Amino acid sequence: MSYVPHSPDDVRRMLDVIGVASVADLFAQIPQEYLLDRPLDLPPPLSEWETARLLMGKAAANETLICFAGGGIYDHFVPAAVDMILRRSEFYTAYTPYQPEVSQGTLQVIYEFQSLICELTGLDVANASMYDGASATAEAMLMARAVARGTRNAVAVAGSLHPHYRRVLETYNAGVGLEIRTVPFGADGRLDPDALRAAVRDDTAAVIVQSPNFFGVIEDWSAAADVAHAAGALLVAVFDPVSLALLRSPGECGADIAVGEGQGLGNAMSVGGPGLGLFACRQQFVRHMPGRIAGATVDQDGRRGFVLTLQTREQHIRREKATSNICTNHALNALAATVFLALVGKQGLRRMAEASLRGAHYAFERLTALDGIEPMFPGGPFFKEFALRTERPARELIDAARARGLLAGIALDRFQDVLPVRDGLLVAVTEKRSKEEIDLLVSALGG
Amino acid sequence: MSEIPPDLLYSEEHEYLKPTGEEGVYQVGITDYAQGELGDIVYVELPDEGSKFARMEPFGTVEAVKAVSDLYCPVAGEVIEVNAALADDPALVNSDPYGEGWMIKLKISDESELDSLLGAAEYAAHIGESSE
Repeated sequence: MSYVPHSPDDVRRMLDVIGVASVADLFAQIPQEYLLDRPLDLPPPLSEWETARLLMGKAAANETLICFAGGGIYDHFVPAAVDMILRRSEFYTAYTPYQPEVSQGTLQVIYEFQSLICELTGLDVANASMYDGASATAEAMLMARAVARGTRNAVAVAGSLHPHYRRVLETYNAGVGLEIRTVPFGADGRLDPDALRAAVRDDTAAVIVQSPNFFGVIEDWSAAADVAHAAGALLVAVFDPVSLALLRSPGECGADIAVGEGQGLGNAMSVGGPGLGLFACRQQFVRHMPGRIAGATVDQDGRRGFVLTLQTREQHIRREKATSNICTNHALNALAATVFLALVGKQGLRRMAEASLRGAHYAFERLTALDGIEPMFPGGPFFKEFALRTERPARELIDAARARGLLAGIALDRFQDVLPVRDGLLVAVTEKRSKEEIDLLVSALGG
Repeated sequence: MSEIPPDLLYSEEHEYLKPTGEEGVYQVGITDYAQGELGDIVYVELPDEGSKFARMEPFGTVEAVKAVSDLYCPVAGEVIEVNAALADDPALVNSDPYGEGWMIKLKISDESELDSLLGAAEYAAHIGESSE
């Protein structure tokens, strides 16, 4: 088949049909500062060795720091066996199954993954995964709207939800036009219950609450579920999968949809991506769930097999009526999570979570005993991450710690436009952090 | 050849209206032809009782293995009952579209809208089949 590009005439006709003046107008959403207004300035091609030398030089510039940064992506342990299985070519080279039933191995992995996510979240059904925690949250918002069949046009979103997630909600909402009500949090970092009740009305499709929230503080999903359900809205619980080894699950707390970032399950931090969007819901809402779902069945001879099921939800069949445009998933990341969970098991995940909790609380006690450092949210219960109010700018503390080989956390001043917090240090502690490393952080920040 | 009972009214979107004997109340479902075209029906999404729909507004969806169709309300009215049996056994739409496979009972708001619907012979012509 020959390749026939669009002629200027074709392009003109298409633009006329959709009522857009020029191709450039299609990119108007992208902020001007990120648009390239000149041709790419590329050097001449390099040989294989020259390329390798260039990349090794760049890689050598990386600093290896002891990591106390979190903010949604965490330095949890990844056993070597995860990569061994991940890199098998049967998995590594495959993409989302478009002719799925020939790929029984891929479908079985997805099925096992979904089963694990259901067990973690305490909900009935999970999908094959989404891009990351933020896009999964936005998809949950659109799903809640679809469940209400367009009769509810507002959502109440906790102000303590990760600021990046809130931005993604806004992006998804462009053209959808839901009213997004941000619910403030109190002095303990938890959602203000009175403000929540005021924000949730009979026009509200969903209440979206992250726990532990962006500041690491554990929210009361059960109370939020009561408020949501009293108004006929759904509760979308945004969770950290590792925390669910210790805390009550979204399902137990009455959540209707649960979404989260699954990177902490066997996936590398990788400069913040790719992530793994986890998505689960109650059975009664499955027909509005976005994404792919693998199901178990039997073939004509009664042998167990796997299929992609309920595909009529998806946009390749349902076009404009589908909840989501996503017919794909992060299969390799989901595989990593599946292998990881199968390796560590229920007890292993629990021990990881307990070690993270203990380390975080030890670090919190030691750090807040220092002069010039206080808890940002006194009394707010937390799991593995906490926010500190610091006398010196957080960036200065981070620089001081970096000189000692530590990444001390995230400076909250970068979020001052979107959070009612001017500065502060967000510190995360996983099971990988030893007492010596925590003591080193204390001495670096106390010095 | 699909079954097209002579005493019913039909929409071009393949819904039928069947008198219930109660004044202004009709049973609504999809035709034998429509269920045959869709194939095995696995799910029927129906509205809540008390919902009101305008003429040709979607009141639900019917889902087969590889297709979903909207269900259009043939004339304006209020849903006074939905067929709860379809939740457990959507295949009733395949086996008995004009009987046990009914979908909603509609109290219609404007008798004159019935004139816009097709009779059995017209519906047969619409789907390209001759009536008996």
